[in-house]
Amino acid sequence: MIFLNFFISGISLGSIYAIIALGYTMVYGIAKMLNFAHGDVIMVGAYVCFYAVSRYGFNPFLGVVLAMAVCTLLGIIVERLAYKPLRQAPSLAVLITAIGMSYFLQNTALLLWSSNPKVFPSVIGRGAFKLFDGALSVSHITALTIGACLVIMVVLSLFISKTKLGKAMRACSEDKGAAQLMGINVNATISMTFAIGSGLAAIAGALLCSAYPTLMPTTGALPGIKAFTAAVFGGIGSIPGAFLGGLMLGVIEIFAKAYISSQLSDAVVFGVLIVVLLVKPAGLLGKMTQEKV
Amino acid sequence: MKEKTKYIPIPSRSILPERDAARDPVLECVNLGITLGGIKAVEDFNFTIGRTEIAGLIGPNGAGKTTVFNLLTKVYQPTTGTILLNGRDTHGMNTMQVNKAGIARTFQNIRLFRNLSVIDNVKTAMNNEMHYNMLSAILRLPNYRREEVAAHRRALKLLSIFDMQNMADVPAGSLPYGAQRRLEIVRALATNPSLLLLDEPAAGMNPSETADLMDSIRKVHEMFQIAIVLIEHDMSLVMNICEGICVLNFGHIIAKGTPDEIQSNPAVIEAYLGRKKEA
Amino acid sequence: MTMRRLINLKRVEARRIYLTYAVVIAAYVICQVMSSTGFLSSSMRGMLVPICAYMVMAVSLNLVVGILGELSLGHAGFMSVGAFSGVAAAFLMQGVIPFAPVRLALAMAVAAVFAAVAGFLIGIPVLRLKGDYLAIVTLAFGEIIKSILNNFYLGVDSQGLHFSMLTDTTRLLKGGKLIIRGPMGISGIQKIATFPAGFILLMIALMIVFNLVNSRSGRAFMAIRDDRIAAESIGLDITKYKMMAFVMSAALAGSAGALFAMNYSTIVANKFDFNTSILILVFVVLGGQGNMLGSIIAAAVLTILPEKLREFSEYRMLLYAVILIVMMLATNNAEIKNFLAGLNPFRRKEEAE
Repeated sequence: MIFLNFFISGISLGSIYAIIALGYTMVYGIAKMLNFAHGDVIMVGAYVCFYAVSRYGFNPFLGVVLAMAVCTLLGIIVERLAYKPLRQAPSLAVLITAIGMSYFLQNTALLLWSSNPKVFPSVIGRGAFKLFDGALSVSHITALTIGACLVIMVVLSLFISKTKLGKAMRACSEDKGAAQLMGINVNATISMTFAIGSGLAAIAGALLCSAYPTLMPTTGALPGIKAFTAAVFGGIGSIPGAFLGGLMLGVIEIFAKAYISSQLSDAVVFGVLIVVLLVKPAGLLGKMTQEKV
Repeated sequence: MKEKTKYIPIPSRSILPERDAARDPVLECVNLGITLGGIKAVEDFNFTIGRTEIAGLIGPNGAGKTTVFNLLTKVYQPTTGTILLNGRDTHGMNTMQVNKAGIARTFQNIRLFRNLSVIDNVKTAMNNEMHYNMLSAILRLPNYRREEVAAHRRALKLLSIFDMQNMADVPAGSLPYGAQRRLEIVRALATNPSLLLLDEPAAGMNPSETADLMDSIRKVHEMFQIAIVLIEHDMSLVMNICEGICVLNFGHIIAKGTPDEIQSNPAVIEAYLGRKKEA
Repeated sequence: MTMRRLINLKRVEARRIYLTYAVVIAAYVICQVMSSTGFLSSSMRGMLVPICAYMVMAVSLNLVVGILGELSLGHAGFMSVGAFSGVAAAFLMQGVIPFAPVRLALAMAVAAVFAAVAGFLIGIPVLRLKGDYLAIVTLAFGEIIKSILNNFYLGVDSQGLHFSMLTDTTRLLKGGKLIIRGPMGISGIQKIATFPAGFILLMIALMIVFNLVNSRSGRAFMAIRDDRIAAESIGLDITKYKMMAFVMSAALAGSAGALFAMNYSTIVANKFDFNTSILILVFVVLGGQGNMLGSIIAAAVLTILPEKLREFSEYRMLLYAVILIVMMLATNNAEIKNFLAGLNPFRRKEEAE
């Protein structure tokens, strides 16, 4: 039963990673860039939600919606100002710019909201479902997190495969030039991808801080890197891959903490990533592309 | 050759049986084939090249010509068949090992080391004949200087075949198109191959450049006495220079023979030249 | 083809190498003179050794990123392996070699060896991957090294060295000393790193990289960077050369780490985290990939800049971030580049000719 408890908290943590990883993977798929500022968008989302709920007395769900709106806008602005001018630039320059953006967001947060950790109110309260006569306890936030992740996954998959915009996104990630010739507005599509990814990051921020309720300007950094790892783990660019990678990473992390060592859990997580990439060099669900000769 | 060599008696599969191929072939492919993405890109490819033969590999676009080169150089591992290079099975070798064993090639879409100078492109290809180690390089020991000077001289000599010695210090990426194609050939020659594969060497060249190229290929053939296989769409080049021609269509060999035979072969005319007449 | 592109590449290259040595030597002399005449503030004097260490890091990473063309996001890991092994070695040699400069030199050599071994072990899996996957695995290894060093205990007593993981179970005899204390790192380091030592290390690093680049190995590195398939087709052993560059780069990073660590009395593994790796990558990208002088200058400027921005107190890191973004935009966006070029009167004249 203890095992099951760990498993469920692993899935819950993994769901958060999966939601963040979706943002990484979508942006990578379409813009072929590692958006290191993504983790900090989570933090911004969490702060917006925090202030909306605890300062202005918003309903928690309204707070999340507001955070999504702010982050969506933030994502679009960041893309427009920092990444769009570098569309033709070498990928390393874009990477450094993304890192600069990450520092920028962290330090802006530091100035606006100070480095004092905030205690984040759970969006759903601290209750728990008791199963098997209390032997298995699943907190509401855990259930909500897993549920939210599943819903997002299904909706996003439908969006990508069925809608016109989703098809445009897939076309752009295959070949931007050809997509443009087919009359797709590539810039708008990329902008949209950032918007969706950032909106999801806001949800992830609220869920993350509900489960681990300390909020600081650096809150997003480590989950960001972990989620990025999750995206690579599942095969970067692949949406089901991000889902699978996130869940697996969460479970591995919780199990490593429980059964190996809490100090070495990060090392275990990254170790597993390395092993996976050696067996499957493009991640679990990634496609290996061969260079044409 | 120190390695265990496996000699196999040669049945007469060569393009021109009367040539030296039957006695001492440099390359022999037996039933070579590959399946790419469920499609048999090349099948039952039987092909023998004599030690000093110039052969042409022609066929319509998408016939699998470059795939054959990729199989020979192990960019793709063949799914069926055997490749014997100097009588030695290349099974299990990678691109690097095949080059060391004697196959050098050029590429359809030029692949030079663009940021390196022309002469450094050539010297890089001589890497396997230099032996000084990293320490000699860092400390500039005498063997470093000796081997570098020797390599430099030989690289200049090779460049002079194509009259490129005065461009030696220009970045390869800034060369004009034709010169880039020639440099690729020089780079391939620098690895001391016994078989040189040229993938569309005249692509994008004007008639006078093509004529120059033809002279250069003849010169290379005479100087080095090596076998050359070239893929080319320029029929005047192929018919002029090649002793034997092999025609590929949909991954299958449809004809082999001398230029004259190929020109009058009805299957070839139907598959290849015929289409041109219709147009 | 313009005449400018036909300029003798070799001569330009050689000139750039001599210029680099000259700038480094001149900067060293100027700093020494300023330091001895009291023109250098004490905070600046304190930064001389770290700047040298960062310069060596930049040169070493530029070998991998600029020359070999592979992105590494975990270079601080090698720095920390060097820092910890170097400081431990210096501590152990304390009784045997009383002369500090020799001890420092030997410690840096030990650090280079340890970091090279780490580079080799990490290189075996890493170098089988390509592009972004390779980058993410170097990031992972950087984090793993940090985690391991954060939980590593090393002590010495009359019976020799003892080490343990996670908790201190070294059980040292009386008179023994715990050198590495897990998350507490190493404290009580003898600060034997000096500016001249940093200068010499930088010169050695430059000599190694420049001489390597102008040899068959260096040509192979650059060939692999420019076109891997063509490099294979001319018989280059890709894995071997990638490993060579990677190990050499790790070794240089290791000795830079030892130099860096021995400038402080305490060193902890968390100092060498992802942010440090990124910092060094920023030096390389801003200075220019493959451009050693550029990355050295970038390392110096970007180490001094945050200090000079101190008067903006809490805004300084924000400013740093803005400067970083603006510089990337200015150097990489075609429109902005043209705009800046238009502002430069000399450039315009030259193009008009």
